[in-house]
Amino acid sequence: MYRFNFQPVFDNLDMLAHGAWLTVQLSSLAMAIGLVVSVLGAVAKTSGIKPLRWIVDAYVEVIRNTPFLIQIFFIFFGLPALGISMSHNTAALVALVVNVGAYGTEIIRAGIESIPQGQIEAGRALALSPVQIFRHVVLKPALRNIYPSLTSQFIYLMLTSSVVSVISATDLAAAGADLNARTFASFEIYLVLTVLYFLLALGFSTLFATLRRVFFDYPAGR
Amino acid sequence: MIREFSSADVLFILMAIRWTLILSLIAFAGGAVGGMALALARTSQARALRWISIAFIQVFQGTPLLMQLFLVYFGLAVLGLPIDPLLAAAVALTLHASAFLGEIWRGAIQAVPQGQSEAATALALSYGDRMRHVVLPQAMRTATAPTVGFLVQLIKGTSLASIIGFTELTRAGQIVNNATFQPFLVFGTVAVFYFILCWPLSLLARRMEARMRLAVTR
Amino acid sequence: MTEHAITMRAVNKYYGAYHALVDIDLTVDRGERIVICGPSGSGKSTLIRTINQLETIQSGQIVVDGIALSGAENVAKVRRDVGMVFQSFNLFPHMTVLENCMLAPMKTRKVPRAEAEATARQYLERVRIPEQADKYPAQLSGGQQQRVAIARALCMKPRIMLFDEPTSALDPEMVKEVLDTMIDLARDGMTMLCVTHEMDFARAVADRVIFMDRGAIVEENAPEPFFTNPCNERLQAFLGQIA
Repeated sequence: MYRFNFQPVFDNLDMLAHGAWLTVQLSSLAMAIGLVVSVLGAVAKTSGIKPLRWIVDAYVEVIRNTPFLIQIFFIFFGLPALGISMSHNTAALVALVVNVGAYGTEIIRAGIESIPQGQIEAGRALALSPVQIFRHVVLKPALRNIYPSLTSQFIYLMLTSSVVSVISATDLAAAGADLNARTFASFEIYLVLTVLYFLLALGFSTLFATLRRVFFDYPAGR
Repeated sequence: MIREFSSADVLFILMAIRWTLILSLIAFAGGAVGGMALALARTSQARALRWISIAFIQVFQGTPLLMQLFLVYFGLAVLGLPIDPLLAAAVALTLHASAFLGEIWRGAIQAVPQGQSEAATALALSYGDRMRHVVLPQAMRTATAPTVGFLVQLIKGTSLASIIGFTELTRAGQIVNNATFQPFLVFGTVAVFYFILCWPLSLLARRMEARMRLAVTR
Repeated sequence: MTEHAITMRAVNKYYGAYHALVDIDLTVDRGERIVICGPSGSGKSTLIRTINQLETIQSGQIVVDGIALSGAENVAKVRRDVGMVFQSFNLFPHMTVLENCMLAPMKTRKVPRAEAEATARQYLERVRIPEQADKYPAQLSGGQQQRVAIARALCMKPRIMLFDEPTSALDPEMVKEVLDTMIDLARDGMTMLCVTHEMDFARAVADRVIFMDRGAIVEENAPEPFFTNPCNERLQAFLGQIA
């Protein structure tokens, strides 16, 4: 009969809390930069400039059809062969941004394409420039239309970020692995880690619901 | 001892693909059974079943696959079973797939108009007959594209089994890299193999989705 | 200062093989009110959409307010001077009524915020919905939305207003409030081109009525002879249908 022993976990909760904080920082930063990458990617895809679209298409397809684990190995271990070296944590951030940027590009492209042509025509008739039309007329309703998919992608990113410990980046999973190496209360540690990730997911989901009310709370148009 | 990245290494990586495929197939088959059960429970009249289904899906979609793998892996010891990476990976990925397929199929079932189920009930069909002959055949049309899409996610997900020591495509790459220290080439090769596995499925899913959208707008 | 508000010379437009505008020649004087009618697909919307280059043309020349429609700089200038009201309103759903009216003056004319707001309130007053300034478009009726759209266009202080079937998407009881607003505008001497089937409106305010069919201007005349003594057969049929 297995004897559960949560003592090592409770003795080191501060360590796990710090790990959780690192995960929050890492994934928030990846979401923020990833959002910018996604918007740029979506603009490039909808721009009508063919070579630009091909490059973005290739990026999106490659990332969406290979595992994140291979992407982060490639970025951390493979890129130094091209003279591009990064610290563990930077490589983790870059890998997450590159990954979420590909999914986000597709999501935001769908949002942009959901904006009725009449909105863009109204902008043009009011003498707004293409950039002004994108920024003031298209962007916000586009983001609102795809907000649920975008934010679940962001939460999925946070969960995926647990993988960055494989390249010794520091986060919640890494803190758990450290603790495991010292105490061997493996099941108990990973049970608590799983609960912590679940709470983080709940936290982000609450945050996104709040942000939705702050930024996108206008009555639905036709 | 560092040696060159040779054709033998490529062959070694190539052979490991079968373990990626086997693991994917096990998880997909198990996930299909679990997912169907969850989808039916989620759409059933019994409140307890609905709640269990919701909780299961929430937990498995709200926690990292990597943690699920570790939990099952170390959980085998808790249950007094021998720790086996293949068994652990198969179980964890099956549970993971069950949650995602359950959610996809729930959506598909609920997308079938209520009137269909009501009409079948009015014709005195049993729950089983109603589902089998009326609701599920219609739900399948909406479910196929996202199911194929999830298969891509599942194949990529099997790469995490390497972390608990199961030798599939990703771990084969790591082993070769440790011997040759050519990470750019090795992981590039592994990425290409994954891409060859996943891309056709992605294209298929997208084509199905486009065809379905066309059918809907008509 | 040229004497014409709009000059179109030998304008042709194609969608692929389809000839959408056929040798259009049209001169609009300052302050002139023109109503354009015709069956659907006759090119009437396409015609007024070429004036602010929502549609590009393949041949011919368009001069608006002395500015030839060529080059991005000129097009932007023309669009600042030409207001447009759409059939489907096209208000921006994420902005309040006031913000809808302030956006373009602030962004394209660099009007300071306070002044833009004052102007917006003034025009909302003019279209008789000042109390809706802080609402979102989706909270208004169709007629109110269209009046906001008119105010939004007026905030750019345009010299010419284009109306593209402004009442076609409205419930019957809301048509009048929009037409009344347009009649007000006409009385103030605004140069107006209206694509509409509202023949009472045409009789009341138009200086000239134009009938289009298959991409060409088939007949144009003052309202009185246009309605009482139409020459063209297809116009006679058309008037018979909508009467």
